[in-house]
Amino acid sequence: MTEQPMVRFENVSKRYGALTVLDELNLEIARGEKVSVIGPSGSGKTTVLRMLMTLETINDGVIWVEGEPLTHMKKNGKLVPADLAHIRRIRAKIGMVFQSFNLFPHMTAMANCIEAPMTVLGMKRTEAEARAAELLDLVGLSQKKDHYPSQLSGGQQQRVAIARALAMRPKIMLFDEVTSALDPELVGEVLQVIRQIGREHDLTMLMVTHQMGFAKEFSDRVCFFYQGKICEQGPPGELFGAPKNERTRQFLHAVLEAG
Amino acid sequence: MGIGTLVAMLAAALAVIGVLATQQAYSLFLPGLLQGAVLTIEIAILGSLLAVIMGVLAALARLYGPAPLRWLATVYVEIFRGTSALVQLFWLFFVLPQFGVTLNAFLVAVVALGLNVGAYGSEVVRGAILSVARGQWEACTALNMSRAQMLRRVILPQAVVAMIPPWGNLFIELLKSTSLVSLITLADLAFKAQQMNQNTFKTIPIFTLVLLMYLVMSLVLTIGMRLLERRASAGLARGKAA
Repeated sequence: MTEQPMVRFENVSKRYGALTVLDELNLEIARGEKVSVIGPSGSGKTTVLRMLMTLETINDGVIWVEGEPLTHMKKNGKLVPADLAHIRRIRAKIGMVFQSFNLFPHMTAMANCIEAPMTVLGMKRTEAEARAAELLDLVGLSQKKDHYPSQLSGGQQQRVAIARALAMRPKIMLFDEVTSALDPELVGEVLQVIRQIGREHDLTMLMVTHQMGFAKEFSDRVCFFYQGKICEQGPPGELFGAPKNERTRQFLHAVLEAG
Repeated sequence: MGIGTLVAMLAAALAVIGVLATQQAYSLFLPGLLQGAVLTIEIAILGSLLAVIMGVLAALARLYGPAPLRWLATVYVEIFRGTSALVQLFWLFFVLPQFGVTLNAFLVAVVALGLNVGAYGSEVVRGAILSVARGQWEACTALNMSRAQMLRRVILPQAVVAMIPPWGNLFIELLKSTSLVSLITLADLAFKAQQMNQNTFKTIPIFTLVLLMYLVMSLVLTIGMRLLERRASAGLARGKAA
């Protein structure tokens, strides 16, 4: 028997009125797998992450997390929309890092990292602080723990955001264009941190990225999205080295040309 | 304008009152006016407290409450914003007893002014909550916080900073509208002034002192709000200063 996938999208669709953003998506992600999502803007790639984080509702289909439906629950053998308690129980397995960091501006780096562990997980302050200190050390910011977000560079803010998400001990980490808002010279430090947590933590990672070099070197699989569908997917060597689909070729050509 | 200017104005107003108080034509009226001022301050403070409570409750009800609560909050806001404070005072003081509910004048003053300003305040609170960036809500969701935790720990602390200046305006409005309570038998600062004026016809000293006393009260209020704003935005502004 094959192992249960960590995440499974089953015929998931997302529409805004007449516009179909995602069209019957089927996607399985194995435990510990690192998957990069690439594609032109408007192809639905960010929507995939946002649906998994429950920031967007879905119109059709079911998202499964470790074999349990995310926004549905079983009732009399049928799947019905889940209540908030169910959603929060499943959502606890997922963490997300955003393009625009979204740190809490009225809290220091340390306070950002202990807020949810204390309020949501009910951790004691000393325990939460010890864990946060480890994570801030991991992202190379132990010196900045008492700084407010406005006193940090973009790259530093994003590293705090990564530490904050990890503090909730998720099994799945979502990275939504986490380097897109950064000045070019700050991109490297953030990617370095992601590389490191990929190595040191047993995390399943799903990332939307425009950093083709990083996607190629870091991920186990790359999915190319086009017009709400997965147009092509495969190991990075294959997808970047010998893309089968014409759309993929065009996209990669355009991106690599610009880069 | 910095706090320094406000403090200087306050000191000047107090100094003028001090100088006038050395003259008998003025000092004669001070004890009576101060008595009235105490009542004015009491009504203003209690009314403001009620206004903040009502403002926050009505805003939360309108934003996140179930339908009946939302509807109730809208009715409250529109009634108390849409009719004059004077009519509200009269209604609570003269009409309500006809239905068998008699409240004492002080309570009516606090309730009417508090509810009136609270209705305006609810819009201030609502606007400030909506002004917090959407990404903040999303970060809270990603950290699996409950709605109440998001509001209490993340959204409201940021919204408060945006709320303080408009609330300052409303508190000053409330302070000034306390003069209406003289029409429901309460001996506040305005009432005392009018009464003394009718008895003595010393219009210049009486109304000069009253003007200065209202100014002092509102300056104290403004300075207090400035300090509060500075405190609340401490974390948010720290980086800008650096």
